[in-house]
Amino acid sequence: MTKAYPAEARSRGQKRVQGRVCSGTAEIDAAGLETRELNDHLRDLMLAGTEKAVLKDVCGQRYIGTRLYSPEHRKMEIEIFGTPGNDLGAFLFGHKIRVHGNAQDGVGNTMDDGEIVIEGRAGDVTGFSMRGGKIFVRENVGYRTALHMKEYNEKRPVMVIGGTSQDFLGEYMAGGIVILLGLHGKPHKGNFIGNGMHGGVIYLRGSVDKTQVGGQVDISPPDEADREIIERYVSEFIERFPEIGLDKEQILNSDFVRLSPRSKRPYGKLYAY
Amino acid sequence: MKSFVFPEFQIIRDEAKCGQCRGCERQCAFGTHRYDEAQDRLISDDYKCVGCQRCVIFCPKDAIVVKPTQSFYRPNASWSREKLEDLKRQAETGGVILTGCGNDKPFRIYWDHIVLNASQVTNPSIDPLREPMELRTFLGSKPDFMGVEVENGDVEIETKLSPNLMVETPILFSAMSYGAISYNAFRALATAACKSGTYFNTGEGGLPREMREEFGRCAIVQVASGRFGIDAEYLNCAAAVEIKVGQGAKPGIGGHLPGEKVSAEVAATRMIPVGTDAISPAPHHDIYSIEDLSMLIYALKEATNYEKPISVKIAAVHNFAAIASGIVRAGADIIAIDGLRGGTGAAPKAIRDNVGIPIELAISSLDRRLRDEGIRNRASIIAAGGIRCSADVIKAIALGADAVYIGSAALIAMGCTLCQKCYTGKCNWGICTQDPRLAGRLNTEIAATRLSNLIHAWSHEISEMLGGMGINALESLRGNHDHLRGIGLYEWELDVLGIKGAGE
Repeated sequence: MTKAYPAEARSRGQKRVQGRVCSGTAEIDAAGLETRELNDHLRDLMLAGTEKAVLKDVCGQRYIGTRLYSPEHRKMEIEIFGTPGNDLGAFLFGHKIRVHGNAQDGVGNTMDDGEIVIEGRAGDVTGFSMRGGKIFVRENVGYRTALHMKEYNEKRPVMVIGGTSQDFLGEYMAGGIVILLGLHGKPHKGNFIGNGMHGGVIYLRGSVDKTQVGGQVDISPPDEADREIIERYVSEFIERFPEIGLDKEQILNSDFVRLSPRSKRPYGKLYAY
Repeated sequence: MKSFVFPEFQIIRDEAKCGQCRGCERQCAFGTHRYDEAQDRLISDDYKCVGCQRCVIFCPKDAIVVKPTQSFYRPNASWSREKLEDLKRQAETGGVILTGCGNDKPFRIYWDHIVLNASQVTNPSIDPLREPMELRTFLGSKPDFMGVEVENGDVEIETKLSPNLMVETPILFSAMSYGAISYNAFRALATAACKSGTYFNTGEGGLPREMREEFGRCAIVQVASGRFGIDAEYLNCAAAVEIKVGQGAKPGIGGHLPGEKVSAEVAATRMIPVGTDAISPAPHHDIYSIEDLSMLIYALKEATNYEKPISVKIAAVHNFAAIASGIVRAGADIIAIDGLRGGTGAAPKAIRDNVGIPIELAISSLDRRLRDEGIRNRASIIAAGGIRCSADVIKAIALGADAVYIGSAALIAMGCTLCQKCYTGKCNWGICTQDPRLAGRLNTEIAATRLSNLIHAWSHEISEMLGGMGINALESLRGNHDHLRGIGLYEWELDVLGIKGAGE
């Protein structure tokens, strides 16, 4: 018998951490787990039919929720304590994630469906190329939030941010709804809002100067239909974050502005044919 | 405004042969031919002709000839006709000059300056018709070290192997999206790829749902900066996933699929509203560094449960080999490099004709760089951009590529004549259009047969050339520069290619 291989070649990907499974809910202690190990374990739970996974002591592990594709479209709820790493819920396929804390960059990157709730702030490129589902962030978000968000028929992504965002919000935005509530006392200071925007809509509670928005964007007051949309998603926001102690009317009884694209063909006249 | 540009082509109709069947009128989507009832004859407008030769080939009486116009501006080595006319067009419209297909400028085509070796007397040549010839290639990361266990004569591989793509011949179809090309053309590529044991690449336009089950196994699905049509099912139905960073025809810029081409079906596949411009930004906005790229590579590995190789496609530009080294270290299993002559459905001409480096030089630099760094095994190289024949394929492999992507060659097999008007969406050959009347001209089955015939013919030619060199497996030719010699090249070119001059 010949054995000639490095020791780590064998152990790779084979380490599993046991979770406690009870009545469809499992708990994983994520302390010290590598990203891949944690996600191996989450996937095993999903395949075993677990309805809800509670992840404790998460610290920087990436792609939580990403490895949960199944041809049968299994759905799972994931509750996270600690701070998940980048690309939380990237390509998310209908699962629900709640983070009791802050999130880092790339939350909901290219997510397809499902819901991500962040009880804190989220970093840059939140909801990048998101094409369905909902993201609720209680505090602020970073740069390039909702970049190239898009929609198709009934698939219309929604993002509600409790605070405000940094620059390039809704850049290249092609669809979907983004609502910034500005609840935490800070004005919207982001610049280049909606640069290259050619679809979708952004609602801001408070005001924004026209120097802050891209040249392709119209600023207008919301009409009746817009008000209905805002009301619906503000209600959903409040349901998810009762701890902020505000009722719907307090939020709705303020000025909102609507940012929408002037054209869905921003580059129609760029070329010599 | 009166245009000061005169027609590019001249249409000559042999009135004696013409049967006034009006076939040419129906064939031309640009409206070149028109039947004049009063004169009972067909009249052609040279200004509208794009030189695609559709009417010439489909005229039942062979009555039409389309040739470059005889009119000329005063010859001027600096101010070529093309320069003059592009300038006039821009003066008339204020727009960017758009074009299609690959760079058509006379940059040196290194394939034509490289010759192959053959066996004489020693190391006798092999006849592929009588002896087995191995063209099968595995694309993906290979381990640094292969651990095996032998027990009672049975050998078992102990090392955990990375997922690889198995291709029967080292020729894959390049990324061409549904949206840029018609559904029939797209499906023909998929059909031929499955039939020929190779892969087609979806480009960034998504993969129509009804095609996923049947063709997913031979699809490389692309994730590009626009992230169109991407969901976990799209990623998981495929054989591999490719992150498109750059394209040889337009390195450094993004793409716009004009709203006119976003039909209901294209919209459904890309998951965007009908009639909107589908905009692929120049960069991926979640990638500003090699570390960020690594993050996306691993996001895709996670999304596909580490079951698929992840490819990264970049354009060959000046310092690309260093970037490529970073890409390999970032975890890519395959690197696709697209050279200066890579094709496109639409690109600004200024970019297409002036940015990037020839693929021949790029293959050699990349292969050498990865070897020097001891990481060549970690990723396969697919070379693209300007592969025209089986000899180009075999030279690419001898220079260091694992396989090649063909785009323009595949389109030509289906009927394309490189008229470069892809961006108009009026392709008379039914390839680069979303107009159902035009797209319907391309019969999927016939086009697929033409494509698999091409793959079959090239594969056989490759076997013949390999056999001639006394080699019976493509693997033995990979990066084997000794089988190449240069002719008419400068010292620096031979150095970059890593080959000797002929006779040396």
